[in-house]
Formats: sequence, C-alpha cells, structure tokens
Amino acid sequence: MTIDLDLLRDLLSGLLFVVGSLAIVTGAIGLVRFPDIYTRVHAAGVTDTAGAELILFALMLQAPNWLVVAKLAFVGFFLFLTGPVATHAIAHAAWVGGEKPLVGPGLKPDGDAT
Amino acid sequence: MIYALASVGVILAMALALGRAVAGPSLHDRVLAGNSFGTKTVVLICILGFVSGRPDFLDIAVLYALINFAALIGILKFFRYRTLAISMEGEGPDAPVFEATGEGKAT
Repeated sequence: MTIDLDLLRDLLSGLLFVVGSLAIVTGAIGLVRFPDIYTRVHAAGVTDTAGAELILFALMLQAPNWLVVAKLAFVGFFLFLTGPVATHAIAHAAWVGGEKPLVGPGLKPDGDAT
Repeated sequence: MIYALASVGVILAMALALGRAVAGPSLHDRVLAGNSFGTKTVVLICILGFVSGRPDFLDIAVLYALINFAALIGILKFFRYRTLAISMEGEGPDAPVFEATGEGKAT
C-alpha cells in the first residue's frame, strides 16, 4: 500500500494550523483576562512566538517552491530570536519602571525593587 | 478552508490585543499589546500571501517583523529615559542607570 504524500502533507499542515491558531487565540485571551502586567507578558510572549512558529511551519509544508520555504524560514528564524528578547525587554522595562507584581492569595501589589 | 479558519483565529486574537491596548491600566500593558498586535500582523500577512497566491507578501512580512522589533526597543528606551539622545554605553555621570529605581512610573 503506497502512502499518499499529498494527503499526509495536508493533514500535518492542517493539524499545525489548528494548534498554532489555538495557541495564538489562547494567548490573546490570557492577555485580556490576566490580572497583572507580568502574567500578561508571560501569556503574550510565550504563545505569540510558539503559535507563530507553528503556523509558519504549516505554511512551509504548503509552499509551492523552495524560495517561499526559504522566506518563511527567515521570518520564522527572526521571530524565534526576537520574540523572547521583546518579552524580556517589556518585562524588564516594567520592573525598572516601578510596576509592582500582584502577589499573595489576595493579589495585593507587592514587590521590592532590588 | 483551513486558511480561512487560521486567519479568523488570528484576527480574533488581534481584536483582543486591541482591547488590551485600549484598556491597559499602565503604559507597559499598552506597549505589550502593540507588540503582540505587530507579531500577529506578520503571521496574518504570511497567511494572506498564501490565500492570494502572491509570494511577494512574504517580503512584506519580513520587513514588518524587523520594523516591529526595532520600534518596540525604541519605544521602551524613550519611555525609560524620556529621551532618545543618550548613548547606551560608557561610564560617568551621564551613563544610563540599569538598576530598578522605581522611578518614573508612567501610566
């Protein structure tokens, strides 16, 4: 029995599309609903980078030629590097700028800027 | 059809990020929402390039990813030091301070 490579490629890229879109939507829901700047930075930074990489890899599977794959790989590589750097930059700027994280069972702002 | 579902998901996430950009109680919430919106824009441009059958959109996506990151760093530097004119290296009395001083809580 021969494996239908086109069907396999469509199934795999469809799965990656669904998982990537779910990651991005979940991260955006977390961005809206989380109580604090630091938790929001974590939600948005992690899921944006991961979801974007998954969707870009799904697009790479559906690409018509190798030039498109190379361009998508470049975008993916750049987002892979700058996503975490941007997340850290925003969180560091929030800490140095004096945003206190919410801690404790009552979610009271607390934090020592040292 | 899967392209339509992915684009609808990304557009929904962009709308939620805009909601955080409007409602964020602090400056850093809005900066985070803007950067998140830009990253989702890059993904949406790539998907739309496939939908419309034009591979040139990927060049636009690369360019906007670069612009988004550079603008984020510039905005964070401006809101930390209130000027873009200082150099980020060197010692002396004019050197930038990197410890957490808790000053300048911008809202």
